[in-house]
Amino acid sequence: MAELGAGSLLLGDPAFNYQEAELNERLKRLYPAVNEDETPLPRSWSPKDKYSYIGLSQNNLRVHYKGHGKNHKDAASVRATHPIPAACGIYYFEVKIVSKGLDFLSSLLPLSPIPGWDKHSYGYHGDDGHSFCSSGTGQPYGPTFTTGDVIGCCVNLINNTCFYTKNGISLGVAFTDLPPNLYPTVGLQTPGEIVDANFGQQPFVFDIEDYMSEWRAKIHGMIARFPIGERLGEWQAVLQNMVSTYLVHHGYCATATAFARATETLIQEDQTSIKNRQRIQKLVLAGRVGEAIEATQQLYPGLLEHNPNLLFMLKCRQFVEMVNGTDSEVRCFSVRSPKSQDSYPGSPSLSPRHGATNPNLHSAGADSPTCSNGVTPPNKNKSHNKYPGVSSASSSSSSSPSSVNYSESNSTDSTKSQPHSGTSNQEETSDSEMEIEAEHYTNGVAENPSARIMNGTYKHQEILQAQDISLGNGVAEDSCASRQLCGGNQAATERMIQFGRELQGLNEQLCREYGKNVTHKKMLQDAFSLLAYSDPWNCPVGQQLDPMQRENICSALNSAILESQNLPKQPPLMLALGQATECVQLMARVRSGSCSFARVDNFLH
Amino acid sequence: MACLLEAPLRISVLSEVTATSRHYVDRLFHPDPQKVLQGVIDMKNAVIGNNKQKANLIVLGAVPRLLYLLQQGLSSSELKTEVLGSELRTEVLGSELRTEGVVVLGSELRTECVVLLGSELRTEGAVVLRTECVVVLGSLAMGTENNIKSLVDCHIIPALLQGLVCPDLIFIEACLRCLRTVFISPVTPVQLLYTDPTVIPHLMSLLSRSPRTQDYITQIFSHCCKTPEHQTVLFNHGAIQNIAPMLISLSYKVRMQALKCFSVLAYENTQVSMTLVNVLVDGDLLSQVFVRMLQRDLPIEMQLTAAKCLTYMCRAGAIRTDDRCIVLKTLPCLVRMCSKERLLEERVEGAETLAYLMEPDVELQRIASVTDHLVAMLADYFKYPSSVSAITDIKRLDHDLKHAHELRQAAFKLYASLGSNDEDIRKKITETENMMDRIVSGLSESSIKVRLAAVRCLHSLSRSVQQLRTSFHDHAVWKPLMKLLQNAPDEVLVMASSTLCNLLLEFSPSKEPILESGVVELLCSLTQSDSPALRVNGIWALMNMAFQADQKVKGEIVRALGTEQLFRLLSDPDTNVLMKTLGLLRNLLSTRPHIDQIMSSHGKQIMQAVTLILEGEHSIEVKEQTLCILANIADGNTAKELIMTNDDILQKIKYYMGHSNAKLQLAATFCISNLIWNEEGSEADAMTGCQERQDKLRELGFVDILHKLTQALDPNLCERAKTAMQHYLA
Repeated sequence: MAELGAGSLLLGDPAFNYQEAELNERLKRLYPAVNEDETPLPRSWSPKDKYSYIGLSQNNLRVHYKGHGKNHKDAASVRATHPIPAACGIYYFEVKIVSKGLDFLSSLLPLSPIPGWDKHSYGYHGDDGHSFCSSGTGQPYGPTFTTGDVIGCCVNLINNTCFYTKNGISLGVAFTDLPPNLYPTVGLQTPGEIVDANFGQQPFVFDIEDYMSEWRAKIHGMIARFPIGERLGEWQAVLQNMVSTYLVHHGYCATATAFARATETLIQEDQTSIKNRQRIQKLVLAGRVGEAIEATQQLYPGLLEHNPNLLFMLKCRQFVEMVNGTDSEVRCFSVRSPKSQDSYPGSPSLSPRHGATNPNLHSAGADSPTCSNGVTPPNKNKSHNKYPGVSSASSSSSSSPSSVNYSESNSTDSTKSQPHSGTSNQEETSDSEMEIEAEHYTNGVAENPSARIMNGTYKHQEILQAQDISLGNGVAEDSCASRQLCGGNQAATERMIQFGRELQGLNEQLCREYGKNVTHKKMLQDAFSLLAYSDPWNCPVGQQLDPMQRENICSALNSAILESQNLPKQPPLMLALGQATECVQLMARVRSGSCSFARVDNFLH
Repeated sequence: MACLLEAPLRISVLSEVTATSRHYVDRLFHPDPQKVLQGVIDMKNAVIGNNKQKANLIVLGAVPRLLYLLQQGLSSSELKTEVLGSELRTEVLGSELRTEGVVVLGSELRTECVVLLGSELRTEGAVVLRTECVVVLGSLAMGTENNIKSLVDCHIIPALLQGLVCPDLIFIEACLRCLRTVFISPVTPVQLLYTDPTVIPHLMSLLSRSPRTQDYITQIFSHCCKTPEHQTVLFNHGAIQNIAPMLISLSYKVRMQALKCFSVLAYENTQVSMTLVNVLVDGDLLSQVFVRMLQRDLPIEMQLTAAKCLTYMCRAGAIRTDDRCIVLKTLPCLVRMCSKERLLEERVEGAETLAYLMEPDVELQRIASVTDHLVAMLADYFKYPSSVSAITDIKRLDHDLKHAHELRQAAFKLYASLGSNDEDIRKKITETENMMDRIVSGLSESSIKVRLAAVRCLHSLSRSVQQLRTSFHDHAVWKPLMKLLQNAPDEVLVMASSTLCNLLLEFSPSKEPILESGVVELLCSLTQSDSPALRVNGIWALMNMAFQADQKVKGEIVRALGTEQLFRLLSDPDTNVLMKTLGLLRNLLSTRPHIDQIMSSHGKQIMQAVTLILEGEHSIEVKEQTLCILANIADGNTAKELIMTNDDILQKIKYYMGHSNAKLQLAATFCISNLIWNEEGSEADAMTGCQERQDKLRELGFVDILHKLTQALDPNLCERAKTAMQHYLA
């Protein structure tokens, strides 16, 4: 709305445009909790909600009186375009008396000729300094005001009071128990009388931000000192549980184990299950969706069959990743190794990654020991084993020992496990073959029971990000080399087309079974649209190729797995966070002003 | 000091002393230095938080021994070397210093170590024992006031101050911590900090050592800066430059202590305040730094102290009273400190500081009077202890009672300041619920502070004609006021008598009852006071009383005061006293019968006094007042002759008619005009006398002067001269 206003005046008045920008900035700073789509802030007087004796000018900020002004019947008022949103917490506006008359200043509900005289109307009158609350008889309140004075009105929506200011000095509470939905209003009664409003267009004379800071501190103190009574121990247990379940949910296995040990709590889910999920998540986040689907099908048989929508989403993503050249089904084509050529669609995922060499990606992998979190593993071998593993999904130089390991372990039977995983974890070898492979994939970090290495897993997100960044850089440097459809390989492209057909088939099958699904159709369309452009990365639907897009599907899959295990699909921490955020928004809707100073972001560091 | 002996013990105390306490002290005398160190450490652990143990140890003479050990450590000694040696070994073995304790070592190694290491390390080693000693002393100081007294009596302060010369930071910090604890106690004479002139500069130099030294030293300064001389000493040693950077320290404690220190330094000190405004801290003016500390989300203590600093700077003239930082920041902050939400102590300090801030400035008084309903807010100060607190909570009642007096006097002070100039504000104050009743009861409260504040408030309100006529009379404030005037301390007397002056003004309905209560004697006795302020107030009140009074009152005044005292007052060194005495004379010499009566009995002395003043070196105002008295005398029937027969006086009048000051000219002309006045009533004999006077004055050349004066620029003077000329013609 504000943008529209600014836009329309862009040609005519650059000064006003500048002022508009300043207004937007100031309002945003003063009332960060207000969602202007739901509850717009007052920005000017309303040309509609005014008496005919009132004239407006200067972008509807200046009010002048043009009636006879003989008696009270000739009084007239105007109100702002919108009521004061409760989410302001504390709202403030000022009026400068440009030319004196009989002023009535207030914030009120209905349009009343003299603010303060009618029901639900509140005012401070300049001629006698009295305050008027829903009646024609005033109470002595403050000083009188006249030409040159700046009168401010502050509505505190937390305790539903209001005070006025004169020339930057607070005059003290004027009204208590104010109703909601008040409008800034001004009333005039004398010919020639002029007042200018400041809804934030200019800096205020009164230091409202200082006043707000006091209330913010008050409410934060209230939250910090919220009494928990006798439940102190219980409180701690709840917090520990929240942290623990969060770690488990996201598969930070080693961290969770260490945390459980330190706090002497139990982890509900068993280690294997956590690690499985972690592995699948990593595959999705790395863009190797095909492998993720494969792994899910093996580890959680029936899961995807019971969730055709999820499967479809995954497959769509897989298609997108094929276009991207990251999915293993297309990556294998870019490798000249005879072994990888043996692979065929649907086979246990092979990940030879000699082809997709990108110097930047490699450096990201190699650098990761330092960039992750400063834990230097005691032995160099391990470090190689560990970190490139994280970035393995997207890349790794052929020289990296770990990547050699990967290809070996994938092509050969995993029981003949390579020295690294063997040495790093004996207990895991006794598990199923699948386990070992999984461990190895997830980067051989989690399985090490030593607490020193546990940090390696914790920060995998960060490493993935680093990788994203470097991917971006790589593109900038030589876009043609790395950014080609399916990695630029003919066979891969063919495989992709074939996969596309299968996907189309799956969609039709789903339509037959469950009826038409608009979301699916759209998803499919978007995915296929990528092929219509010569440079899919820079096309209107290119957004899909962004690795960030993997996160949604990843958490959906994770939640589905957890649900299938009768575990909560969301960690309680996130649930609580969401609930708190929702609660604060709800507070704004039910007009509880304190919401503006109890924002969840203030407590997240 | 060589105080090796135990302090003398008293039997009664001894009986309370437990064997364990004795054991701790005995170990300090052990021949093995390691045992001594262990003994000190054990003692440290034993006294923490145990006031009884502390008292026991002090009685048993632990303090002198600890001080001895402390000072022994400072000079080279056997003990030191031994401790050093063992310390050294622990170091050689790679163990941690100090925390690990000290291991006894063989004598051969000991010698080896001593040989190996220089003497500077020797002192280093002894630091452990000394530090522990100071920690124990600091712990003892944390107990009761009696503990502090005992410590001070044992000369702990010079010993600790001497310890500050040691290079070891941890030891210095321990000394400063202990000194801090001793100095912030009210029983410690602050002068002890200033006896050795090298102490303050050394403390200044230690400020940069660590946040702890900053914290402790500024605390010491804040508590030991009680007089303008102290302020000057600290100022001259660069307190401002040394402390200013601490205002942006990362530690809140340090920032707060620095701020407190500035508030103490700037209080009523122009030199400090003027310097402060120009100090830059990290590119910002100090006043801006203070203003930032007024931010509402900061701790109240910080806001309040910053407001104090700004207030003191403003009162010293370093910041203008219309500066935004005073009007929009400091004043509103202080008003907030008076709100119900604040602690009682904060409300007292807030109100007192605010009263001080706006005392001389009517504009600030006007702003404060409309800020956040301050006048109504203050009414709440009188509601302690509240009826609720009495029933529900004994602790709260005790707290309320303790602060009730302070709250009341602060409120009275603030009301006094608010109402000192503006009539509307005074009206607002008197209209506050039960305000006059509160003042009246405040006048007879037991606390002298409250009485003084109440009478100040009353005085401030008594400047209002309207209030004198209405609320003052309705509440018979003169009664408690008169009571207060009987044997009160001088400061109360000054305020009370000043208020009485206003109550004796002619239009005040309280004048009558006050007169009847025998106030004249009291006022006359005030005129004999040594305090000029009291003399002024006494004579002023008499002057007001004599204004348009009847013969009886005037007679009583003259009788009670006595001519001797009256003339003594006419030669009073204080101009104010002289002026008011002349005013009294003038009021006494009004209406013809009174003039003649008084002049017939005291004419000679009065004429003498008048001559003396007109000849003396006095201000225009004094001379004008004296000429007015002459004019009044000239208005009498018989009294006229006293002037007409006194050529000296006539010459003087002539001189003043030609004076360059129009006021004096006018007063002198008035006098002449009265002399040549011909009465219309009793023509026969009056005419004759009148004619004679006119002739004589003509001879003396007054007519020419009058003629000249009719051309005067001053319209009043011109008018007066013309009237006089008309009488000549008549």
